[in-house]
Amino acid sequence: MQISANTQAIVYLVSAALFILSLKGLTHPATARRGSLYGMVGMALAIAATLLGEQIESYGFIVAGVLVGAPIGALLALRIQMTAMPQLVAALHSFVGLAAVLVAIGTFLNRRDAGSLDAVLMGELSAGAIIGAITFTGSVIAFGKLQGLISGKPLKFALQHQLNAGIALATIALGVHFAMTGSLFSLTLMTLLALLLGVTLIIPIGGADMPVIISMLNSYSGWAAAATGFTLQNNLLIIVGALVGFSGAILSYIMCKAMNRSIVNVVFGGFGSESGTEQSAGAAAMEKGIKSASVEDAVYWMEDANRVIVVPGYGMAVAQAQHALKEMMELLEARDVEVKFGVHPVAGRMPGHMNVLLAEADIPYDHVLEMDEVNPDFASTDVTLVVGANDVVNPAAKEDASSPIYGMPILEAGRSKQVYFLKRSMNPGYSGVDNLLFYQDNTSLIFGDAKDTIEGMVVALKGTGH
Amino acid sequence: MPDTLVALYVFVLACFIGYWVIWGVTPSLHTPLVALTNAISGIVIVGALLVTGLGSAGGLAQTIGFFAVLLATINVVGGFLVTNRMLSMFRKKNK
Repeated sequence: MQISANTQAIVYLVSAALFILSLKGLTHPATARRGSLYGMVGMALAIAATLLGEQIESYGFIVAGVLVGAPIGALLALRIQMTAMPQLVAALHSFVGLAAVLVAIGTFLNRRDAGSLDAVLMGELSAGAIIGAITFTGSVIAFGKLQGLISGKPLKFALQHQLNAGIALATIALGVHFAMTGSLFSLTLMTLLALLLGVTLIIPIGGADMPVIISMLNSYSGWAAAATGFTLQNNLLIIVGALVGFSGAILSYIMCKAMNRSIVNVVFGGFGSESGTEQSAGAAAMEKGIKSASVEDAVYWMEDANRVIVVPGYGMAVAQAQHALKEMMELLEARDVEVKFGVHPVAGRMPGHMNVLLAEADIPYDHVLEMDEVNPDFASTDVTLVVGANDVVNPAAKEDASSPIYGMPILEAGRSKQVYFLKRSMNPGYSGVDNLLFYQDNTSLIFGDAKDTIEGMVVALKGTGH
Repeated sequence: MPDTLVALYVFVLACFIGYWVIWGVTPSLHTPLVALTNAISGIVIVGALLVTGLGSAGGLAQTIGFFAVLLATINVVGGFLVTNRMLSMFRKKNK
């Protein structure tokens, strides 16, 4: 069976509409699964229409590629731990980037053999190869940082920005030269330089800025697809590329706004260090006039509370404390205590990371509130439990104009009657800023692994059962 | 109107659709959003198919195309599966 170019175009249009509806489905958790289904149908239609089109004449390599790729994709998706989602996403972004580079080079070879190269096409090819290459190596570096293979510290060296600007200019110059001459050498060198640029752009950015980086690379992978669409004169690729590109761009904007920083500052700033100097937890606390509390103290206040708000952060993910939190939530709810979770937009290592982890632990999503929803509730809350978060509850962001995080919107945990901070040690947060909330009269710190502490609370709550 | 200009029209209009649709996405689903956009950016598979399936494609182009198809397939399959896995966890009430 073969379909005409016009039929193919119509199917592509249907497919594009399905992709739009697919993203629209994510407006609400209740419609999200239908959205994902639309996406899958859209993709199936697009692939079928392409395979049945008159341009495809040989199937051997295609079938081989799909047969190898599909099980790898399935295995990755089904095996991955929810805490490792940022790594998986970074890996998948790198694949899109590399695929875009390969498509650009393959298209060049095919069109050169057919003698149908022109300057516009080669310009579009260059754009696809450059964006794809930056996406590829940038995502590999992001993966390395998330996986702990590369230090999460921002790596800064002299003349860094000048170096990046130099590489970028040389890459573009080679792209222009390629478009004018069709020189394979220029294309190759341009692609290599773009690969290098992906590394030098992402390596200076610190681990705490990962939510922005993930969003940015998400955006790049979309632009790479759109550029490929221009090369192939394929409107479906252009539409999908634009949707994905904007999705990543908007997420980057939301993440930056939640840190009160500009995208320029994130990309060029090299903000924050991964770990400060570690002091022995107890000694540091004594010295600074911090109250430490026991699990029993916190349970005593929580079981008679009207409302408990839990503020999760990356530390919760590291300790895998979400399942214990769910058990604690149920025990408290059995005592008529309202339990809510307040999530800051940049908590975790990618946008929405905490929501997925809480959902994994079977915590209903209507218990999980965004910053603006939960902030008015703190003042009327008896106990706030901060689990592995730090900067996002630091009042310095509101009160101390000299603080590096000044102006960042925060969760106003300090307004609740009691604040319990679950902490491993006295290390400052990723910003390296001391947390003013520690010294507030209503704040106590509970030292130890977050999961152990919550499990201790669960045991204590069971023990005092009415 | 030249084809490239038509493509530019499509691109710019699609950008507007993307802008409005994405602002509607609830923040609690931002991780599934990244995973889903990842899956649908696997649409580069269409490009990979066109490079690989061309009857006159040389050995080098076909080999390059094979790897492009492979990578894009990982994205499509892995992206949708992991999105569904995450979305199935978002429940309103306890079982």
